[in-house]
Amino acid sequence: MSNVTGIGVSVKRKEDKRFLMGRGNYTDDIARPGMTHGYILRSPHAHAKINAIDTTEAEKAPGVVAIFTGKDMAADGVGSVPCGWLITQKDGSPMNEPAHPPLVVDRVRHVGDQVALIVAESLAQAKDAAELIEIDYEEMPATVGVASAATGPLVHDEVAGNLCYDWEIGDAAAVAEAFSKAHHITKIDVTNNRLIPNAMEPRAYIGEFDKGTGEYTLYTTSQNPHVIRLLMGAFVLNIPEHKLRVVAPDVGGGFGSKIFHYAEEAIVTWAAPKVGRPIKWTAERSESFMSDAHGRDHVSHAELALAEDGTFLGFKVETTANMGAYLSTFATSVPTYLYATLLAGVYKTPAIHCNVKSYFTNTVPVDAYRGAGRPEATYLIERIVDKAAREMGLDRVEIRRKNFIPIDAFPYQTPVALQYDSGNYFATLDRAEDMADVAGFPARKAEAAKRGKLRGLGYSTYVEACGIAPSAVVGSLGARAGLFESAVVRVHPTGGVTIFTGSHSHGQGHETTFAQLVSETLGIPLENVEISHGDTNKVPFGMGTYGSRSLAVGGEALMKAMNKVVEKARKIAAHVLETAVEDVDFKDGVFTVAGTDKAMPFAQVALTAYVPHNFPHDQLEPGLEEQAFYDPMNFTYPGGCHICEVEVDPDTGVTQVVGMTAVDDVGNVVNPMIVHGQIHGGLAQGIGQALLEECVYDESGQIVTGSYMDYAMPRADAFPSFKVDNCVTECTHNSLGVKGCGEVGAIGSPPSVINAVLDALLDVGVTDISMPATPAKVWAAIQGAKTAQAAE
Amino acid sequence: MYAFEYHRPGSVADAGALLKANEDAKIIAGGMTMIPTLKQRLAMPGELVDLRDCADLKGITVSGGTVTIGAMTKHDTVASSAEVKGAIPALAGLAGNIGDPAVRNRGTLGGSIANNDPAADYPSACLALGATIVTTNREIAAEDFFTGLFETALEEGEIITAVRFPVPEKAAYKKFDQPASRYALVGVFVAKTAGGVRVGVTGAGQDGVFRQTDMEAALSANFAPEAIDGVMVSPDRLNVDIHGDAAYRANLIKVMAKRAVADCA
Ligand SMILES: Cc1cc2nc3c(=O)[nH]c(=O)nc-3n(C[C@H](O)[C@H](O)[C@H](O)COP(=O)(O)OP(=O)(O)OC[C@H]3O[C@@H](n4cnc5c(N)ncnc54)[C@H](O)[C@@H]3O)c2cc1C
Repeated sequence: MSNVTGIGVSVKRKEDKRFLMGRGNYTDDIARPGMTHGYILRSPHAHAKINAIDTTEAEKAPGVVAIFTGKDMAADGVGSVPCGWLITQKDGSPMNEPAHPPLVVDRVRHVGDQVALIVAESLAQAKDAAELIEIDYEEMPATVGVASAATGPLVHDEVAGNLCYDWEIGDAAAVAEAFSKAHHITKIDVTNNRLIPNAMEPRAYIGEFDKGTGEYTLYTTSQNPHVIRLLMGAFVLNIPEHKLRVVAPDVGGGFGSKIFHYAEEAIVTWAAPKVGRPIKWTAERSESFMSDAHGRDHVSHAELALAEDGTFLGFKVETTANMGAYLSTFATSVPTYLYATLLAGVYKTPAIHCNVKSYFTNTVPVDAYRGAGRPEATYLIERIVDKAAREMGLDRVEIRRKNFIPIDAFPYQTPVALQYDSGNYFATLDRAEDMADVAGFPARKAEAAKRGKLRGLGYSTYVEACGIAPSAVVGSLGARAGLFESAVVRVHPTGGVTIFTGSHSHGQGHETTFAQLVSETLGIPLENVEISHGDTNKVPFGMGTYGSRSLAVGGEALMKAMNKVVEKARKIAAHVLETAVEDVDFKDGVFTVAGTDKAMPFAQVALTAYVPHNFPHDQLEPGLEEQAFYDPMNFTYPGGCHICEVEVDPDTGVTQVVGMTAVDDVGNVVNPMIVHGQIHGGLAQGIGQALLEECVYDESGQIVTGSYMDYAMPRADAFPSFKVDNCVTECTHNSLGVKGCGEVGAIGSPPSVINAVLDALLDVGVTDISMPATPAKVWAAIQGAKTAQAAE
Repeated sequence: MYAFEYHRPGSVADAGALLKANEDAKIIAGGMTMIPTLKQRLAMPGELVDLRDCADLKGITVSGGTVTIGAMTKHDTVASSAEVKGAIPALAGLAGNIGDPAVRNRGTLGGSIANNDPAADYPSACLALGATIVTTNREIAAEDFFTGLFETALEEGEIITAVRFPVPEKAAYKKFDQPASRYALVGVFVAKTAGGVRVGVTGAGQDGVFRQTDMEAALSANFAPEAIDGVMVSPDRLNVDIHGDAAYRANLIKVMAKRAVADCA
């Protein structure tokens, strides 16, 4: 019998009812008794010394409860906002890790840096008071762009050359050898544009302290409340776990930006006992622009060595990455272990070497954003592969096929540490070419030309590493945390089930997908399952949701706990049915005894577990609740092919995406509708990065794109209807055979868009364009090519 | 937002009296520009005079070759008005492409031209159509009304009551969206009237909306897209920002003008 709410069914999302009815419970919806309102006064300067802060007048303002500065926090022994990943440099020394005080003491290092907390009866009163604070700033020259960071003014006096780390991976000697044998070398310089995450719900926190119990509570817009409890409790505020509860209720999107422990979380939690009342702080949108961790911001030079027939021989990469003013939680891992380890891509390139230098600048800290490192790797590889094909006069699809890791080569060990367990890049490419009607492209191009439009087709064939991650592996690479997941399955007496998961849903739909796993495994209807997440007082432990890890890690933990429940329930059934445990089968929610008509439904076993009138208590405990922790053996490796088709208007430079096909192998699919929804969202962000989005700073370190007036977000009308499908090779090291789908859209798509734009512009002589390929940039490139051709 | 006194008069006369009585009073119409300004604490008016209940500032009439639109008429009302669509379809189209539905259902004609944002759409139509701005004090030709960036000829306490648009023979508006805000990076309104062709350009100029007189001359001689090919559009005094430099804007003025003329056919 196929389960109508089991694995593989596009069940409608359970959580959408409350969201669509406006019944969600977000942090800013919460009002605690006696709650006050916090306002963070931020630096208007990119870099300045603070000579003095005078709060005298502000403290007298109506409604003000208290005002705190960095001196108050420092005097209280408050620690530095920590970084969660230590990178060991080339020379064996640890990375440079300057202090990150939650409220600055005597120096601001980026526009938006936190200077003071004003607590008042109302937000308006807090803002009024903030205007009365007098700060004697002494402006200093700023380091802004990453390209010139090495020679710029020092962001932290103790960090020479603004260098956070100089790190490498791969075998430089093998690469040099490969290059010495090359028939052709293709070189490329690319910039991975800086992005602002723009989750729909801005960050918001409520700090609270119970004088009676001495317990702190933080309500937070976090993707991983346990991680926040750990980082903030242990490193910043010195609060033990049993006295600190962290709750992440409904959270409206994160895309990575809500993984990190932010200064404001520590500030409101620290200040709550000082004022003796809860304090709420909610970011305004313009604050989000200058205080949410930004994404990407890489500059790379790469060279690919090829044999005469187009076989890749070696790949070498120099990357410069921007860390911003301070190290955000996972910032250091993004341009290293989440990026350079992916530089093999889907190709069997035998020798790879990458050197990464990361720098501090007077900009907002940069950290993981949807894809985190893997989009940067994919973009670099897929751009250079297209360029190599063009330079050598080879077909861009043939050069890919020739170099793909063969189907029978899995598990495949890359030269940059990772071992891909499964994949079939030929299958996703074939399917995508079919769906995109590549065969019909020449006719569409000719038709577009009649309308004066330049039409282009672009490919991206990619692999990524997610399902983050085996604790042993990341631990050996410097992670200061494990990356397992936990689950508790609580079966209630009448057969309903509550699941407590350490994963966190902020849009992904766990309440549906995880319930489908339960429905499938325990044979009970979806309505009988409730998924609870996001509260450290309910869930045993959790590493949270990012790196497309929820199903592959959290889902596996749930499967493990459910297997324990079934085993326990089997014992109970055997006892009641008076038979040996081995003779009890469990299928479709019913326990049966082989060869008899004895049967006991799951709900009845559950009831018996809690009404154990005649249990042999030495052999069988009452109750039906199990817990499991799961730590994966390896990353998971989704891969696929994205094909983009664009039309460029040469008169205005406007690029219209007219076709977007994504065929992704995300392993087995629990809910196709949700997977496709995740891919749609990822594609929107990927196309956004390629054509629209860019955080721009001016030379003085002010954010030019500080609002939606200038930061161009993708909108629905910028897209055609996406064509999305999945091909499946199962993950070989988890029981569900799942890989992860949350980031593939944003990882695979950007190079497909830019390759399509360059394909469209080939005939007019344009050979390079950077992201975002805005109309002005495309038009200027066309004019430049015309001028160059005229000069020839 | 700072605290202010809020008034909601029922007629333009009462509104005028309130403005006269309170020196630092400001008008609020649709609030689409005013509210964000207040929220960001960029303005601190002691009094706000809300015109929403002034029935004498609303409505659309067409007579004698003139479309008269009350200052408090919302963009959406103009966009969906059968009279405007019949008389000056380009104007209805322009209004229907301002902002998003929420903005069009709050923002007003009077608010838009009083604000004179250099990237707003309506000012180009006013210039190209040779509109007359009617206020509580006088009638002002569009030529004389828009005086610079966010600057108009309005005096303290003067309220726009209506705008009169002469019906042209043909007209079209072409807007090139700024990718982020979707205001006009460049918008060109072309009108063919009995007195010749007029071309109003918004979004591009450092001093705000302006008439492109070289194109007007070329098009008055030959009202066809090709007539624009020979016109040199100088990048001098055009805006430069991250969305486009002056050369790009100069190009867009030509491209949008040609497309507008083609649309008139
Ligand atoms: C998201 C967004 C997108 C937008 N996109 C566009 C766009 O694409 N194109 C475009 O043109 N505009 C756009 N706008 C602006 C919009 O058209 C506004 O409605 C307009 O600029 C102001 O009109 P309002 O009625 O809201 O005026 P308000 O904001 O209430 O007032 C604006 C100013 O005009 C004054 N004022 C208002 N009415 C009168 C009057 N009758 N007499 C004298 N002074 C008066 C006020 O005192 C104030 O100084 C956008 C706005 C937003 C918020």
